[in-house]
Amino acid sequence: MVDLYLSLPPLVQGLLKGLAVIMVIFPIGGACSMAERKVSAWIQGRPGPNRAVVPWVAWIPVLGPFLQRLGVFHVMADGGKMLFKEDALPGHVRKFYFVLAPLVAMMPALTTVTTVPVGAYLDAAGRTVPLVLANVDIGILAVFAVSSLGVYALILAGWASNSKYPFLGGIRASAQLIAYELSLTLSVVPVFLWINAPGTPGTLSLSRAVEFQSGAWQGFSAASWGGVWFLFLMPLSALVFLIALFAETNRHPFDMAEGESDLVGGFHTEYGAFKWGLFFVAEYAHMLIGSAVFTLLFLGGWNPLPWVPLATLVDWLTALTPLAAHPIAVGLLSIGIFLGKVLALIFFFMWVRWTVPRFRYDQVMELGWKKLLPLSIVNLLFYLGAIAALTP
Amino acid sequence: MGELTFNLLAWFTLLSAAGVVINRNAVNAALCLLLCLTGVAGLFVVLEAYLLAFVLLLVYAGAVVALFLFIVMLLDTSGAPRSLPRRLPLIARVLAGGLVASGVLSFSARVKLPVSEAVAAAPGVGAALKPYAYQLFTTYLLPVQILGFLLLAAMLGVIVLSKKFEGLEDIK
Repeated sequence: MVDLYLSLPPLVQGLLKGLAVIMVIFPIGGACSMAERKVSAWIQGRPGPNRAVVPWVAWIPVLGPFLQRLGVFHVMADGGKMLFKEDALPGHVRKFYFVLAPLVAMMPALTTVTTVPVGAYLDAAGRTVPLVLANVDIGILAVFAVSSLGVYALILAGWASNSKYPFLGGIRASAQLIAYELSLTLSVVPVFLWINAPGTPGTLSLSRAVEFQSGAWQGFSAASWGGVWFLFLMPLSALVFLIALFAETNRHPFDMAEGESDLVGGFHTEYGAFKWGLFFVAEYAHMLIGSAVFTLLFLGGWNPLPWVPLATLVDWLTALTPLAAHPIAVGLLSIGIFLGKVLALIFFFMWVRWTVPRFRYDQVMELGWKKLLPLSIVNLLFYLGAIAALTP
Repeated sequence: MGELTFNLLAWFTLLSAAGVVINRNAVNAALCLLLCLTGVAGLFVVLEAYLLAFVLLLVYAGAVVALFLFIVMLLDTSGAPRSLPRRLPLIARVLAGGLVASGVLSFSARVKLPVSEAVAAAPGVGAALKPYAYQLFTTYLLPVQILGFLLLAAMLGVIVLSKKFEGLEDIK
C-alpha cells in the first residue's frame, strides 16, 4: 500500500493529498455547523434539531432514536438542501467576483492545512516524527501568510454584491482583520524566542513547538522544564492570541462582517445555496485551523497532559499491550489526542458565541489598537528580558 | 520540472503585472497586483527562498494590497472621469518607451548568468531565517531604520493633511 503510493508520480501524490485534505475538512466543517446548532440549543435550553433520520437507521432499537435526537442527520439534510437548491445569481452583482469570492474563501483555509502537523508517530529510534503534509521549517509564518489571504474573500464578496449592507460588512472585515493580525503575530513571537536557542539555525516550525512542550526538544539552557505547556509559561501570549483568533476568524463577539442585527447578513447577504454554504464551511475551516495552531503552540499539541509527553503515555500503554507501540497505533493515538483538544477549543468558540453579546464596531477597533497591541508589545518585551536573564 | 514551473510562474507574473498597468478598473488592477505578488512568491518558492516567499505573501499580498482594495472600494473611482489626458504627447511616449527599452537592453547585455559556480551554489540570504535576520540587523540596519522613519513621516503628514484641527483640544 505504502509502496504503491510512493511509486505514483509526484503530481498524483499531490492530488491525492489535496483530495484527502478536502475530504477531511469539508465533513468536519459540516459537522461543526451542526454542533453549533446543537450547542446553541443546549445553552438556550431548547431541544435543537432532532427530527431528520434515515429510515434504516431508525429501525435500530436504541441507537437510532438516540442519533435522531442528537441531530446528526441534519448535516446530510442541510448539505443536500444547499447542493440542490436553486443557485440564484442576483441581477445587480458583479458576476465574476461574486462567484469568485466563495472560492477565494475556501482556498486559504484548505492551503494552510498542509503546513499544520496533526499528530506524530515514534520511529525505530524512538524519536517522534510529526504527521504533516508539508513539513516546512517556517511553519507558523506559512500559516499566517496564507491565512491572511482569507480577507480577500470578505472584501470581494462585499464589493461584488454591489449593495450597501454587504459592502459595509466587507469594509469592516478588512479593517478588523488587519488590526488584529498585528497582535496575533506579536503574541506568538515570545513562544518562538523561547524555543530557539542562541547558536542554532533558528526555526519557526510548529512541530518543533510541540517537541519543545514534550521536553524532547531543548531550547536555550533553561530547557523546557520537562515539557511544560506554553499556556502556563506564557498565559498572556495565549490570551492575546486567543482573542485575536476570535477576531481573525470573525467569530461571535467580533463578527462585525456579518452582524445580523445591524447588517442583515453582512458580506454574504446576497448569497444563497451552495455559494453561501462555502462561506459557512470556510468559516469553520478557519476556526479549525486557528484552534489547531493554538493547540500546537499553547496546549502541547499531541501530548496528553502537561509534563506527560506522548512517548511516556506510549510506554505506559506498551506495558499493558505490546500492540500500542506499533507506529499506526501511536499515530492514531496522537491524532486522537490532538483532535480532542481542537474540538474542545471549537466548543469553546461556540460557548463564547452563545454567551457574550457582540461588540460595537468602535469597541472592536479600540480593543484591537489600544489594548491588545500595547499588551502584546509589553508581553514581548517582558519575555525578551526573561530570556536574556535566564540565558547563562 | 523546475524550469517549466519557473517559466509558467514568470509568464504569470509578467502578464498580471501588465494587467495592473492596462486595467481601467482600479479594483481589477489591484487584484492583478495581488496575482503578480503571488506569482513572485511562487518564483521565490521555486528558488527555495521560502522565507522571502511567505514574508512577501504576509506583508504585501495579505496586508498592503488589502488596504489598497479597501481604499479603492471606499473611493469607488471606477465611475470617475480620467484626470490624465487621453493623448500623451508623442515625444513623451517615445521617450518613455526608449528608456524602458534601453534599461532592459543594458540589463540583458551586462548581466551574465550564472555569475559563477561558487555564487550560484551558495544559499541565498533570503533562504533561511538566520542569515536573513542577521543581514537585516547588521548590513541593512540603517536603510531599514531610514525607511521606517520615512514611513512614519509620511503617516504624520497624512494625519496633518487629512484631519481638521480646530482648536488645541483636537491635537491631543
